[in-house]
Amino acid sequence: MTAETPKKIKVSSLCELCHGRKAVMKRPKNLQKLCKECFYVVFETEIHNTITDAKLFQPGDRVAIGASGGKDSTVLASVLKTLNERYNYGLELVLLSIDEGIKGYRDDSLATVKRNQKQYEMELEIVSYKDLYNWSMDEIVSCAGIRSSCTYCGVLRRQALDRGAAKLNINHVVTGHNADDMAETVLMNLLRGDTGRLEKSTTILTQSSGSPIKRSKPFKYTYQKEIVLYAHYKKLDYFSTECTYAPEAFRGTTRELLKALEAVRPSCIMDIIYSGEHLALAPKKPKKHNQQYKNKSKKVLENQEQEINPDGSVSLGREKKIEFKDGNRCEKCGYLSSNKICKACMLLAGLEMNRAKVTIDGNTSVDGAAKLTKTLEQLSF
Amino acid sequence: MKAKIEFLGGLDVISSHVREHKVNLPFEEGDATIRDLIRYICENIITDPKDIPVFIEDDSVRPGILVLINDTDWELEGMEEYVLESGDVYTFTSTLHGG
Ligand SMILES: [Zn+2]
Ligand SMILES: [Zn+2]
Repeated sequence: MTAETPKKIKVSSLCELCHGRKAVMKRPKNLQKLCKECFYVVFETEIHNTITDAKLFQPGDRVAIGASGGKDSTVLASVLKTLNERYNYGLELVLLSIDEGIKGYRDDSLATVKRNQKQYEMELEIVSYKDLYNWSMDEIVSCAGIRSSCTYCGVLRRQALDRGAAKLNINHVVTGHNADDMAETVLMNLLRGDTGRLEKSTTILTQSSGSPIKRSKPFKYTYQKEIVLYAHYKKLDYFSTECTYAPEAFRGTTRELLKALEAVRPSCIMDIIYSGEHLALAPKKPKKHNQQYKNKSKKVLENQEQEINPDGSVSLGREKKIEFKDGNRCEKCGYLSSNKICKACMLLAGLEMNRAKVTIDGNTSVDGAAKLTKTLEQLSF
Repeated sequence: MKAKIEFLGGLDVISSHVREHKVNLPFEEGDATIRDLIRYICENIITDPKDIPVFIEDDSVRPGILVLINDTDWELEGMEEYVLESGDVYTFTSTLHGG
């Protein structure tokens, strides 16, 4: 190169919407090439349309944003603030964070949430596992091992978010789950033959029986790539380190598969969600007609550990449907529950037995064990 | 050939948590593509060779890592075929880390 002449923009690299500015990104959804400004508008407008089509909010609603400090919830807080002001939703937005008690991970991400609180001028509520359950995640892992950490964490987080929201007198929690997350869940349930959860995996607004708290996913149709680009171009302050406790193995495998599929056919994320939305399951057959393979797969499921969905809901094996009366409360903690004992209390009861054992053995420092497991985990990464 | 390489979104785990690398690439301008850059990164920047699969898969950047060339989506710049220029900024961002 001889002189420092500014490069001429090729026509092919112009934005396909305004035809004036240089395109900076290609949308995975439809391969459209957009400039920064048009990308912001399209990104925000699509989320606005998702919100209004699903009638997620009413004027005057107080809404808690489940904020982890990560990219998804940070972008969610930023976009909801923008839309709330632009379209006069009339919402009062509050940040709600969970402190799981994971040293070196949660400390940094909570610092990010605290900065977001100032940047977005929102109220912030932090509820901790330790305060709610008298167990931190580090203690749980040192006691129950690293393999089921996501299961525990998911059950406890779901209830912690509910309790945090209740404390704030809020009955709607929005989370940053995006289209990639949702496609991943659909695919995972499909691969497992888990038709029960497959059916529910694409709903944008959920309310589990017994819980007064609604949950919704305004990013249901929003690609991870665009969320990351939005955060990058807008220079949003987010925290990006993986939780020290690795995700459940099969979810990880499904994620890899989905990423590989997306590389070949970017629209597949949307297509999987579309398929999930339009699945109509055959009515359940009476039990005695169950075929052999059904029984077999059921046995496998029962032997599996409890499974945690990305929205924090959990399935403890195959639950027996005990007839549910609204307003039932857990006998141990008083939390709304369809069963006599809520899921969190069931898990914690199992842990308490283990903790007793550890104390008797007397030779395992809880902190040390957690640290050791984490070190091992990093090594395998 | 001077260039800047960035690892964002948690991808800095592959380079001892250094996010920004100012490098002098051993290529002549016009002679090298992103393919050569990827090889350069694997050989010179990734701290522990065990982490190379975190960055590449089948000789290209692993799916789930967003690549920007001078802040523009590499999909608009020819991806692996992009011809490196002096002063370029290459940004690699993991999209997979923590929501
Ligand atoms: Zn434009
Ligand atoms: Zn309970």
